[in-house]
Amino acid sequence: MRIGILYDMPRWEEKNLIEEAKKMGHEPIPVYTKDIVFFSDDKKVEPEADFFIQRNVSHNRALITSFIMEQFGYPTINDHITLFRCENKIITTYILSRHSINTPRTFITFNKNIALEFSKKIGYPLVIKPVEGSWGRMVAKADNLDTLYSYLEYQEFTTQKYKDIYYIQEFVNKPNRDIRIFVIGDEAPVGIYRVNEHNWRTNTALGAKAYPLKIDEELRELALKVREVIGGFFLGIDIFEDRDRGYLVDEVNGVPEYKNTVKVNNFNVSQFLLKKIIEWVKR
Amino acid sequence: MAILKCPICGGDVNVEDDALAGELVEHECGAQLEVVRQNGKLSLRLAEQIGEDWGE
Repeated sequence: MRIGILYDMPRWEEKNLIEEAKKMGHEPIPVYTKDIVFFSDDKKVEPEADFFIQRNVSHNRALITSFIMEQFGYPTINDHITLFRCENKIITTYILSRHSINTPRTFITFNKNIALEFSKKIGYPLVIKPVEGSWGRMVAKADNLDTLYSYLEYQEFTTQKYKDIYYIQEFVNKPNRDIRIFVIGDEAPVGIYRVNEHNWRTNTALGAKAYPLKIDEELRELALKVREVIGGFFLGIDIFEDRDRGYLVDEVNGVPEYKNTVKVNNFNVSQFLLKKIIEWVKR
Repeated sequence: MAILKCPICGGDVNVEDDALAGELVEHECGAQLEVVRQNGKLSLRLAEQIGEDWGE
């Protein structure tokens, strides 16, 4: 099969997908999206492929290129609706919450003074996050009203796209780790604990170490339920372990990185993903 | 191996012939560069800074 890989920066994952596709006897077609042009009256896209895997690091490029490939009738993993739901933390949180999936308690508002006032209902410490972003970037913990005020003021004078939206969340007193579990097709086969001894933010981009995840039935069912409500085919779901409430779903990633997962689990994510997509496309 | 010019300092940069477009290259002058592949020809440009919308 001809396997299109939409990308803008070739990381380990994109190179590994290319390599594994070749090993499986397929033809990988890397499509570098940064210099691509689409005309509204194009009758087809070049190069053609049997399906496309979305691997852009830029959410904007990912959303638009998935959308365009879908317009031309190509199966695209993940589709633009899934990416839209994952890339905006407000949309993710509220979809999960409305479907009775536990998330950290969160509120949003468009008014800085209201944000300060209602933060009392969440209690300190609390966490402020950019509506869109990743790798723990600009996620900050406020221990008191004074600190929160400073963070909100900083946000107000940034050039962030969503600088006028305040996304405020309880600080979950989790162990020094969180969970990243992957959904691939209709399975949740692998995951990691992300452990950080020095930083409450457990993103591997911020130095957290990966360890193999023991996937119990509850976790597997939760991951598949998240997929049911968010959509998509390949998701990286971040989950906190709360001492009283159990699992809380924090975020869902629509273009997940998995280098560390492969390394510590000795599990070939690229090959598993390709096999599952090919099975799905052939159906 | 292709020998390309650093667009910042003009120095030589070695890049694999089969490098993918967008591949990042650190040059000794400190510039972070990305590979451009146009009409089969390779060149370099300054790499894009991490964007607000970048991530997983």
